[in-house]
Amino acid sequence: MYKYDQYDQQIVDTRVEEFRDQVKRRLAGQITEDQFKPLRLMNGLYLQLHAYMLRVAIPYGTLDSRQMRMLAHIARKYDRDYGHFTTRQNLQFNWIKLEDAPDILAELATVEMHAIQTSGNCIRNISSDQYAGAAADEVTDPRVWAELLRQWSTFHPEFTYLPRKFKIAVIGADEDRAAMRLHDIGIQMVRRDGELGGKIFVGGGMGRTPMISHEIRDFVGSDDLLSYLEACLRVYNRYGRRDNIYKARIKILLHEIGPDEYRRQVEEEFVAVKALGLDPPKAEFDRITAFFADPGFEPEAPEAIDRSDPDFALWVDQNTAAHKQPGYAIVTISLKPTGGIPGDATSAQIDLMADLGERYSFDELRVTHAQNIVLPHVRKADLYTIWQQLDAAGLAPANLDLISDIIACPGLDYCSLANARSIPLAQKITERFADPARQRDIGELKLKISGCINACGHHHAGHIGILGVDKKGVENYQLSLGGSGAEDVSLAKITGPGFDEDGVVDAVEKVTEVYLAQREGGERFLDTYRRIGMEPFKEALYG
Amino acid sequence: MRVLTGNDLPTGDVVWWTGSGWSRHIEDACDVADQGESIAHAEQGARRVNVPYVIDATLTADGPRPAHIKDRIRALGPTVRADLTLKPADPNAGSWVI
Repeated sequence: MYKYDQYDQQIVDTRVEEFRDQVKRRLAGQITEDQFKPLRLMNGLYLQLHAYMLRVAIPYGTLDSRQMRMLAHIARKYDRDYGHFTTRQNLQFNWIKLEDAPDILAELATVEMHAIQTSGNCIRNISSDQYAGAAADEVTDPRVWAELLRQWSTFHPEFTYLPRKFKIAVIGADEDRAAMRLHDIGIQMVRRDGELGGKIFVGGGMGRTPMISHEIRDFVGSDDLLSYLEACLRVYNRYGRRDNIYKARIKILLHEIGPDEYRRQVEEEFVAVKALGLDPPKAEFDRITAFFADPGFEPEAPEAIDRSDPDFALWVDQNTAAHKQPGYAIVTISLKPTGGIPGDATSAQIDLMADLGERYSFDELRVTHAQNIVLPHVRKADLYTIWQQLDAAGLAPANLDLISDIIACPGLDYCSLANARSIPLAQKITERFADPARQRDIGELKLKISGCINACGHHHAGHIGILGVDKKGVENYQLSLGGSGAEDVSLAKITGPGFDEDGVVDAVEKVTEVYLAQREGGERFLDTYRRIGMEPFKEALYG
Repeated sequence: MRVLTGNDLPTGDVVWWTGSGWSRHIEDACDVADQGESIAHAEQGARRVNVPYVIDATLTADGPRPAHIKDRIRALGPTVRADLTLKPADPNAGSWVI
């Protein structure tokens, strides 16, 4: 994985000291909260429901054991002994003191981490496929491009004050594991006639106005990619609305002027940008690429897995994925125990995952947008010992992509923007569907919960989505069906009137019963919904 | 009643105006009536509180209770982890929150 050079380290260290001075001046009363707020947000520090919250960037969700241990250390020393992995592949600490924030950032900087690009109207932390560099179906490792975009976007002088925040995802396979089509810009790396390049999608997003992105270019050669993105951003920066925060995202611009007109303007701008020579020289591109070379895989690693322990066998079947290297597997560690808080992990659990990543996965770990952790390069021969250690730490739920593998935002338990709680709902649903056999019978079902219209819990992309709303001071939950953040992207549709907390848990159960009664062959929930439509589900819920 | 709340500047802790200072416990909050804005202005200027605002509350036998669920959760702590609330040893402490 990428290692900082002197420039990377210098800008992060300098930023820490700059923020230390800003905090000192705020505490001394030399600057007001109104003056300080944008400065702290540029360093990932929010003021949330109970305390300051620090959002730490994990570029494209990739980190090593040293960085993972630092997160555990910070949780232990400065927070309350846990962290929350987010749907943006980042990590949030919920109980930070302002007076500690500079020291925390300084500690993060010692392991090449920071909280830059985790807030504000800038290009946010680039997200990617958690299986990057390991997936059997990959055209190329998208992290090379994600890292290039990280370097391009960090402190980009033109794009630090965009009309609104801007999210970019890069994938390198046909299977979309990063909800790429629901980003402001999504890039799918592809090969055409042997040449590597990107398919460019623009204008996707969730939030209060969910939209699926438009394909703006079917192929941009890798030598032009950075210039093309610069052009995409320039057009947005010029014409994106700044008069209305709710209409400021690029998806609204595309909706208003249309993808054809946006494309025309981008192509025109691209001609001008290309002449500036922004695309990296080959030597620099090769330097970045070298950091993502395959680790030293054992060439004859055994394929056989001893499946005599039935619980282990179930976990292998559910939580491991095909690796490009024979004898290896990709492991997903589920942070979704029955009755647990999706995405939360204690310091001890984070340390354990770091240890396992260091020992068994070439010192690499990934954070997924579904709030789980991945060990990307595991010898199949090591799976059993890994599973045993995970199981002993409560980290071995065999539920990847099942109904209990719920995405949930922090909701009203932590978030000052939320209208309703998300976590208790996730807990009740996982308890209702606690039987592993029942979950497996239902099969792949992606359930996603947001506590407000900002959709951090990706409810628009849920096979079953739940949105918490405030109905005259009482929590109420809207149920929606049929969303997908994958390559078969779609936006979920609301079933009808909302439910109270227990009512929506019952509603989820009714919906799964309709599916089980109606499914044909090997249909997933989503397949059945798409075949039979909304009516049978509405009939069961409201008839 | 109306109570004044905000966050402690250096720690971020939720605090409540008592009439003479700030407390972390909603039970200590006083009725600020129509004086909330002026108290908030003075206290924020003196850096004794951050982003103060006034909310509606009801006075009960156990003390003031915020009218809105968001402020009730804010007053005690997350509903999903009693150990992180202001009263971790009392399993019934949150009975008034939801």
